[in-house]
Amino acid sequence: MKGAGAAWCFVAPALVIIGLFFIVPVVAALALSLTDFDIYALADRGNLRLVGLRNYVQLLQTPLFWKALGNTLYFVVVGVPLSIGVSFGTALLLHSRVTRFQAAFRTALFAPVVTTLVAVAVIWRYLLHPHYGLLNYGLSRLGLPPVDWLGDPSWAMPAIILLAVWKNFGYNMVIFLVGLQSIPEPLYEAARIDGASAWQQFLHITLPTLVPIVTMVNILTIAGYFQLFAEPYVMTQGGPLQSTVSVLYFMYEEGFKWWNLGSASAVAFLLFVLIFGVTAVQLRVSRWQGVA
Amino acid sequence: MGREGEVVAALMPEFERLNPGIRVKVQQLPWTAAHEKLLTAFAGDVTPDICQLGNTWVPELVALDALEPLDRYAASSPIVDAADYFAGIWDTNRIGGRLYGVPWYVDTRLVFYRRDLLSDAGFSAPPRSWPQWTQMLAAIERRSPPDRHAILLPLNEVEPLLALALQQDEPLLRDDGRWGNFRSAGFHRALAFYLEMFQRGWAPVVADAAISNVWNEFGRGRFVFYVSGPWTIGELQRRLPADQQQSWTTAPLPGPDGPGASIAGGSSLVLFRASRHQAAAWRLVEFLSQPTVQRQFHALTGDLPPRRASWQDPQLAADAHARAFREQLERAKPAPQVPEWERIAAEMRLVAERAVRTGLSVDEAARELDARTDRILEKRRWILTRRDGG
Amino acid sequence: MRRLVAPAVNGVLLIISILTVLPLVWMLAVSLMSPGEASRFPPPLWPSRATLANYRELFTQAGLGRYFLNSVLLTAGVTLSSLLFNVAAGYAFAKLRFAGRDRIFKLLLGALVIPSQVAMIPLFLLLRNLGLVNTYGGIIVPALASIFGIFVVRQYALTIPDDMLEAARIDGASEFRIFRSIVVPVLRPIAITLAVFTSLAAWNDFMWPLIVLNDMDLYTLPVALASLSREHVQDNELMMAGAVLTTFPVLLVFLALQRYYIRGLTLGSVKE
Repeated sequence: MKGAGAAWCFVAPALVIIGLFFIVPVVAALALSLTDFDIYALADRGNLRLVGLRNYVQLLQTPLFWKALGNTLYFVVVGVPLSIGVSFGTALLLHSRVTRFQAAFRTALFAPVVTTLVAVAVIWRYLLHPHYGLLNYGLSRLGLPPVDWLGDPSWAMPAIILLAVWKNFGYNMVIFLVGLQSIPEPLYEAARIDGASAWQQFLHITLPTLVPIVTMVNILTIAGYFQLFAEPYVMTQGGPLQSTVSVLYFMYEEGFKWWNLGSASAVAFLLFVLIFGVTAVQLRVSRWQGVA
Repeated sequence: MGREGEVVAALMPEFERLNPGIRVKVQQLPWTAAHEKLLTAFAGDVTPDICQLGNTWVPELVALDALEPLDRYAASSPIVDAADYFAGIWDTNRIGGRLYGVPWYVDTRLVFYRRDLLSDAGFSAPPRSWPQWTQMLAAIERRSPPDRHAILLPLNEVEPLLALALQQDEPLLRDDGRWGNFRSAGFHRALAFYLEMFQRGWAPVVADAAISNVWNEFGRGRFVFYVSGPWTIGELQRRLPADQQQSWTTAPLPGPDGPGASIAGGSSLVLFRASRHQAAAWRLVEFLSQPTVQRQFHALTGDLPPRRASWQDPQLAADAHARAFREQLERAKPAPQVPEWERIAAEMRLVAERAVRTGLSVDEAARELDARTDRILEKRRWILTRRDGG
Repeated sequence: MRRLVAPAVNGVLLIISILTVLPLVWMLAVSLMSPGEASRFPPPLWPSRATLANYRELFTQAGLGRYFLNSVLLTAGVTLSSLLFNVAAGYAFAKLRFAGRDRIFKLLLGALVIPSQVAMIPLFLLLRNLGLVNTYGGIIVPALASIFGIFVVRQYALTIPDDMLEAARIDGASEFRIFRSIVVPVLRPIAITLAVFTSLAAWNDFMWPLIVLNDMDLYTLPVALASLSREHVQDNELMMAGAVLTTFPVLLVFLALQRYYIRGLTLGSVKE
């Protein structure tokens, strides 16, 4: 078989899967969000009502939704710079000319990325125990008072941020590392011969190459962090005092705990719009800066 | 679910021996995920044949038309005899005049306390009313070292507050479960009493995450009173050393002016409408409802049987700790039987936690709770109006 | 001052590496402790007497063997089947000409922005109508093709020289023949990369198996671990053993196939 017909044979299976099991549900989610599909409707279709934008309006009037949004934004605004900062710093360290055993260090620093989040959350829940946890023990050795990490509403989200940064920094670190490694050494040689200091080399050679990478990493990390779910689910169940309820956790509870599927779909769509908007703004800004 | 899930598997070989041809597969769920898993199973059309169901969830599954009515099974059964069951408990399974579940074990909440620490504070008998209780809590707190609290009320549990609220005359919902009734004077009283415990420092502000092991901490004397259920008897007997077993016991829940009511909780055995093995599933229900098996079950879990015949077991009758439960069961009141109850109870817990942690006033909390409840019940109002009108 | 730079840099890296790996090492240490030993202050760093009791209990009482098997089967199923779909499609988007090829691809890229959770609820209802809820199929079927997979394969496939393919076509070979004999061997490295990525993601997947798999018998390790951890809040040593069993397989796979994983990470990100 030749030509376009063969080509369709190659792509059709994948497209059918993606279409049927992703695109169609996404469109259906939009439709679902315009109804009040709930557990009653699940039992008897006659209990379904088309409510237009009422789900969205009600969500915007629900304090818990705003709290979830605030929690998620807190996570993103603090977690992303922290994570990227650590990634960048460790990449620089790994790339330095004086580093020995680069491969070993890189593997150690990357290890948390591949671990199962649920298992890691279980470990960290224990590390963060107010009485018997290693973290508070470490604090006590430094002379600091213990913190009730997962029981205190002010400290629960920082604890989750700490976990997220620990788990993910290796990912971006590797991306930065490869970027750093792609800068040819002769460039640095030439600059050194011209009398440029280490800082000037960094500013004029390293940074310009890395900025597009940083931008892209930034966009992807932010989009990923907006989808916070597993850590609150395993470690805190959204508590204490709902300080760790993220938007997705809120959606999960609305949809799969209380079965307000219409409302939950509305939440999912709002999240999508949010991520899309933030991403679009970032792309616009980076294009304007002449970067991407 | 929970411990019952672990134990019931041990009873299955006997059932299978008596009923060759029937094989039972037991699936265990943790309580914290059970409700959502059951609804997911219903939504996904993969419900089990028979299930243990917390009795507050029965109205919800009935509203979904998920359960098989059991009237004809019960009527012709020699083992399941309605008159033998505690009336309040049996009624929690009757919805709209039909029977949807057979009570498996009962559950209520009352007071566990360290009588040695109580007598150290100068009291030889447990409190029978709220004023007495307040007096004891204050006295204990005054005389205790800093790491001991008078009472433990974990903020992740709604049951203590619910029990106090059920002791009031006013119902928690009004107009056939169409609207919240948390603005009532009765609920105000219950909530005020509950919040006072935290405000006065008698109860620590904790959820369960910080408590590594409640029973061991109770044994270590970290708190004197603990509002909990029957399973705690078994746990304390198992986990505390023999020489400590005399230091604790149970007492009925004090009410506003005398011994008070408590939650008519527990689990029922239900059959799902979608099941294709209903006759076999009913045999299992009968098996688990036999007084001999219920006594066995009690011995393994500490859970209390729902029928008087099972209580005649000499071991149970002699159990000092269980006696308070027997007394409390005669004063057990069910929670409102609306499908949305699980959600309303969750909101109760959240608002109470907020009030404790951020100092909301009783008025503010009650108003907030009513607002949330009214919103949750909106669909129910619509359905009832449609049913009555159209 | 110069001489301090090397030990300083290496020293900092060493400290950070130790801190990073510490939770995992501690997880292993606690899993070998006897029940209750870890609930002490100060927390112990090493078991006083290492024991495999927790692991034994996991396999005999908690039935972890079953969950392990489920994870293995599902991961293998998803990886192998999706490899076929994604490699074929990725190659086609790169090298075969058909109507609307580029437009469709752009649309797919756009769809990458949509978080997968948006589709979850209707997908669940759809699978319920197809009878796939609570089955292996409910996990495998939606994962048979992924936009990311197609993208990654396409990137790599673009580097296949056109003349090689043209020559084969002129010789009269069918597209399938070309695919099988020429393309697949060339795409082997990216296929391995994609396989590593897919299997890691499938093994670690949590939210979707949590929703779709109702029967305890079908639970994968992450779901079983989450369920156990909610039930056994008190039994930390047991939980750590479960965590070890869940994370060590992926760690081992990663250690063995690092090269491919890293290559895959950077494929779309860094312009070579």
